[in-house]
Amino acid sequence: MQTPGMLDAGWSLLVRDIKLGYRRIGELANPLVFFLVVATLFPLATSPEKELLMEIGPGIVWVAALLSSVLALDTLYRSDMDDGTMEQMALSPQPLAWLLLVKTVAHWLVSGLPLVILAPLVAQAFFLPAEAGPTMVASLALGTPTLSLIGSIGAALTAGLRRGGALVAMLVLPLSMPILIFGARATDLAMDGLDVTGPLNLLAAIMFLALSLGPIAAAAAIRVSLD
Amino acid sequence: MSISEASLQGRGLSLWRGDRCLFQNLGFELTNSQWLHVSGGNGSGKTTLLRVLAGLTMPESGDVYWDDKRISRSRFEYHRSMIYMGHLEGLKGDMNPEENLRFHYQLRDKQAGERIEMAIERLGLQRCRSLPCRSLSAGQRRRAALARVLVSSATLWILDEPFANLDVKGRELVEELVSEHVEQGGMAILAAHHEMHINGGTRVPLELS
Repeated sequence: MQTPGMLDAGWSLLVRDIKLGYRRIGELANPLVFFLVVATLFPLATSPEKELLMEIGPGIVWVAALLSSVLALDTLYRSDMDDGTMEQMALSPQPLAWLLLVKTVAHWLVSGLPLVILAPLVAQAFFLPAEAGPTMVASLALGTPTLSLIGSIGAALTAGLRRGGALVAMLVLPLSMPILIFGARATDLAMDGLDVTGPLNLLAAIMFLALSLGPIAAAAAIRVSLD
Repeated sequence: MSISEASLQGRGLSLWRGDRCLFQNLGFELTNSQWLHVSGGNGSGKTTLLRVLAGLTMPESGDVYWDDKRISRSRFEYHRSMIYMGHLEGLKGDMNPEENLRFHYQLRDKQAGERIEMAIERLGLQRCRSLPCRSLSAGQRRRAALARVLVSSATLWILDEPFANLDVKGRELVEELVSEHVEQGGMAILAAHHEMHINGGTRVPLELS
């Protein structure tokens, strides 16, 4: 018997999760549609004036992104918990934290990345100037993986519960505030033509913190959920 | 297939669920060519005991030792030599049995390739090998989970109610597979509430009340 290396094992898990994600394309599209709908609700509820929309635009895009990523969390570990695959993963000779990190990356690739790609479209609806576009995409590209990583801890903690949806939101949203603040701030600064490296660097720092500690916490939480 | 010397020991295991004691100060030892028959009525804690032995549930006191090392300390080593089949089959509904088996062994064993083919044939899964597991019957899913056990080169098999949902032929097949495994020097832990006809090795009974 020859145990595969961590990279080989991680790669096959990544491929499996993306494949499974696309076999359930409907489940995958839900958070994206939610993102678009929430973002378009604001101009309808406030006013279609250009100045106001420009003012609130970055914040709304970020709040919508945050909510849709929380919504998407439910699919992260749920099915693996329900059919016993998680049990088998916890009993495999691979580090559980690594497997969960790979699962989170796969989850981001199918739920977070499309959101980053769609964001400039939504920005158009809020009359955001073209020069702020790249900053917004960059901040979302740094922020949404962090949201998935923090969310994976919440999803792992509630994985053993039948209905963990609202609980996940309550666990994850307070922890996501710094990302929201720096993300929206970066886009704001870019609209005024100011230097954006500060908030972007902070977003990157938070991402690496979540990347290094998140999976360990998630693995511990999954072991508790399996107990 | 050669199976090396190994031993599994439970020492002073105790576990409560709420204020009900499932087992207290439970001890046993299992070595090559022995199989542990865990019996007891519904709700007597068979599944919980098996999860403790697999390392999924922590006992309140006591420890499980594999080759005289605590399994919580040498987790990877233990999990390399053990395979667990619980109530949940661990099969993805959107993938067929073959894909499920291949994926499982991509995390565990690089050399499982040919054995997968053999296991599918032995468990009689040829006809449903390309159907998604979602559309299989409960018995067929059980067979697919058993195929995973058969593919593994693990020394220790932990099988929770392996006969559930199986037809008469399926039951005989399980007894045959466990007999072969034990005869070759393997170990098995089976939870079942009825009689089993395992012809090889030594039976170590363990009754929970």
